[in-house]
Amino acid sequence: MSVPSAASLTPKFSPSGKLRIGLVQFPGSNCDQDCFDVLARHFGIKVAPVWHTQTELPALDAVILPGGFSYGDYLRSGALAAHSPIMIAVKDFVAKGGAVLGICNGFQILTESHLLPGALLRNSNRQFICEYVHLATASGQSVYHKALAGKVSRLPIAHGEGRFYVDADGLKRLQDQGQIALRYASPIGLTGPDFNPNGAVDQIAGIVSANGRVLGLMPHPERATDSLLGGSTDGLAVLEAFLSSFT
Amino acid sequence: MQMIPPAINTLPRPAAIDETPGPAFDQLQKKHKLTIAEYARVKDILGRVPTLAELGVFSAMWSEHCSYKSSRVHLKRLPTEGPAVVVGPGENAGVVRVSGKLCLAFKMESHNHPSYIEPYQGAATGVGGILRDVFCMGARPIANLNALRFGLRSHERTPFLLEHVVKGIGDYGNCIGVPTVGGNISFDESYNGNCLVNAMTVGVIHEDHIFKGYATGQGNIVVYLGSATGRDGIHGASMASGSFASQDANSRSTVQVGDPFTEKLLLEATLDVLDKGLVIGLQDMGAAGLTSSAFEMAGRAGNGLYLDLDQVPVRTTAMSAYELLLSESQERMLMVVEPAKWSELQRVLAKWQLACTVIGVVTDTGRVQIHHQGHLEVDVPVDPMTELAPKYERVTRARPAPSVSGPSFNQSAINAIQVHGPSALLLDLLQDTGDKLPLYRQYDRHIGTKTVHASESQGAAVLWLRSEWADPGEPYLGVVATATCNERYNRLDATLGAAHAVLKSARMIAASGGQPLAATDCLNYGNPEDPEVMDDFSRGVDGISLACRELGVPVVSGNVSLYNETDGHSIAPTPMIGMVGKVKDVRLCPLAAPIGPVELFLLHGTKFSPEFGGSLAAKALGLPLRAGRAPLVDWEQEREAMAFLGELSGAGHLAVARDVGDGGVLACAAKMAIVHGHGLALDLGELVGTDGLSGYFGEVSGCYLVAFHSGSTAAALHNANELRYCALTRVGAVKVSDEVQWGQWSLPVAAARHAFSSSLPLS
Repeated sequence: MSVPSAASLTPKFSPSGKLRIGLVQFPGSNCDQDCFDVLARHFGIKVAPVWHTQTELPALDAVILPGGFSYGDYLRSGALAAHSPIMIAVKDFVAKGGAVLGICNGFQILTESHLLPGALLRNSNRQFICEYVHLATASGQSVYHKALAGKVSRLPIAHGEGRFYVDADGLKRLQDQGQIALRYASPIGLTGPDFNPNGAVDQIAGIVSANGRVLGLMPHPERATDSLLGGSTDGLAVLEAFLSSFT
Repeated sequence: MQMIPPAINTLPRPAAIDETPGPAFDQLQKKHKLTIAEYARVKDILGRVPTLAELGVFSAMWSEHCSYKSSRVHLKRLPTEGPAVVVGPGENAGVVRVSGKLCLAFKMESHNHPSYIEPYQGAATGVGGILRDVFCMGARPIANLNALRFGLRSHERTPFLLEHVVKGIGDYGNCIGVPTVGGNISFDESYNGNCLVNAMTVGVIHEDHIFKGYATGQGNIVVYLGSATGRDGIHGASMASGSFASQDANSRSTVQVGDPFTEKLLLEATLDVLDKGLVIGLQDMGAAGLTSSAFEMAGRAGNGLYLDLDQVPVRTTAMSAYELLLSESQERMLMVVEPAKWSELQRVLAKWQLACTVIGVVTDTGRVQIHHQGHLEVDVPVDPMTELAPKYERVTRARPAPSVSGPSFNQSAINAIQVHGPSALLLDLLQDTGDKLPLYRQYDRHIGTKTVHASESQGAAVLWLRSEWADPGEPYLGVVATATCNERYNRLDATLGAAHAVLKSARMIAASGGQPLAATDCLNYGNPEDPEVMDDFSRGVDGISLACRELGVPVVSGNVSLYNETDGHSIAPTPMIGMVGKVKDVRLCPLAAPIGPVELFLLHGTKFSPEFGGSLAAKALGLPLRAGRAPLVDWEQEREAMAFLGELSGAGHLAVARDVGDGGVLACAAKMAIVHGHGLALDLGELVGTDGLSGYFGEVSGCYLVAFHSGSTAAALHNANELRYCALTRVGAVKVSDEVQWGQWSLPVAAARHAFSSSLPLS
């Protein structure tokens, strides 16, 4: 897999050398504050809110699409958000090699926008599922693969429509190009249908774009950064990998 | 703003209702649930025969649900004051100070009748309603809890109700992004025809930015915000103020339909406009819709209002004034705004894509006057609708005492256990109070990144607050919250049972390392016109008052739900208590079940006298429900035990603590062991009693199972020497073993886990 240079993006670090990250707020986004909080507390980064009606992104190094129920998730999860004005700018940003992290509803918006392949369907048990899952890192060349190689991460999921689906050809492409990032797994990293909470194809919990700079995942790394809150800090490594994806 | 037509007082009134005696009038009166005396009073107040819209307004405002007419004389007895109280009852929610300027706004409310008729929407809109009560004060909701009561597991309607109520609660909370972290659920035959859905919301608010629902300032405009009005939920308030007949399960049209996405926008918009100081007064349109919000806001401010219903956004055509006034369409707010701030308000609300419309103006008339299509549909003074609404001192009559005395019932329970077999009984108890994870799993419990312990941890919910408004010396400040009630004790003794509901909440908070701050109550009872039910209610208020005074926990908000009866069968008295407490350092919170093996200690009263009256064992054994007595309470002992737990957890000694509740010491210890797959060895020694069983299966108050961090046991035992009313006794261990063993009995962990995990009647 070739990783194109991000040099075509305008240099985005602020004069003080700080990272500039924007977070798109859609009506119904509800994990936005958690992302602001976590990046401020653990990384000292003040993330800039970007409203969905904006047609341009400010000068940024990376974009977060947060979890929630954008536009009520009417029609299909993420379907309406994918057509909001800001997404034209996000698509342009991605086309230029920009880094994007889509969490939960953010992942759904990325697939609905065709920035990532596949779709996220209703969980196979037809219920909303909130629980901690274990995730094995798949093989691939992206910063996420490198940063999380060999690691089993414990992160919470909270979704009703998180069953990743892609057709057989699409799946083969993802597998061949090393685009599968995370798979639902046992605590020691074994993958298989027994450890699949939602019926996702090939136990897929998260994938990256061909250039490795766009990550979409159903689990919530921002909810697993303090051992006090559920006992796992494995979300930090995912966020660190995100921060390293453009540095 | 030209809102008031100059000729308001000469506007024609629509025709008055036809009060010719006969079936038509009888039916009208019955539908509006006004007594003959109340109707006479309506005419007296107006000096004329009311219009249909006015009749609807009186019916809604004087309904039990809105007026508390049967309960108000009793509610006055509740203790409502304390050093931490910032806002007591009477507002949309109570507010209590937790640290520095950081306060908690919280309240619990019932949505029982709608949930029985249409469980998904009924439960969902119950959550929506209580959220609005909290955020319309300017608080940001951080946690939802719920207390649910269903009929027996074997009852045909129970699996359906359970599945849809849980889905309704989950879908609403998950979408709006407030974690559902705690609560309580049980199954009892008295709820076969009348389930209970009590929802509680806790929000955070700055002490100096608490907002109240006042319609002040003559000439200020009245603004309608949120969803358009439809025909849903008309007469919801009066439905909630009458008894059920079983065929009413078909009356779906009175149930509102919720839209959590709109509520999320309303939440953000409301906090935004309050933060920017653009609003004078604000009130949720809840029960009785536009009618109650208008009268309540005018009533609190001592003002009048003029409303023009032609301006109300509607989602359907040809709605009458009557329908517009009584619709309970969800996700709507009424605001009072200075005219000079109207354009700025519109600009801010446009961001949230919410409709807002001027529909009226504040007047000095002391009346609510409502125009619709050229007619003055309503012209009613405010006071008789609010402060001066009817209140009744209804007849009470004490129920006969339980048929069997405590000691004699205890003996018959022991005999029954010997016949049934202690192992079989333990399995029954584990099943009855078993694992609810299949339900909790449908609730987002982690959003907001504050959740330290949620429902599945089996104790109270604990959240890490991380607020800049708190005392900077408390970076690990937390809130602990519960919602619970034991209906079996209340059926047996309405006073003691209600006191136990308060105690149980406080003990759960203490066992989580917290200090109780304040309570909210949701008083679910049957038909108040039945003197025995009214007596239960009065005693329930006495029991709550007693316990709250003894524990120093004021009641700052609440709700009354009467007429919980179907086909003449009232529910068991269910005074649900929600409570919040403060945790100084969430890092020190003990767990309710140990992760690995531990030595178990029992913190108990020096007088240890288990009872079987109202016990889970008695229920499992099929013994009479109104026989024997509930556990007695020693207040000195309760306070000492809570203080001791606070001391232990503050010193970092306490690894595990759990209030011993339903099912007694053995069932509680067994659950602590098996939840993480461990075995148990329990020996109560002399505490078990001469029959060899009472201590294991009987129920006691003021009792906890605890375990200490390694190296802390000696210090804890040393400190326990100074206890006057309590004792700390080693009673066994959670250990690596495949047996649950107690006294001379045992059963396999696998069998216990199977019973525990097959608790729910899922369809």
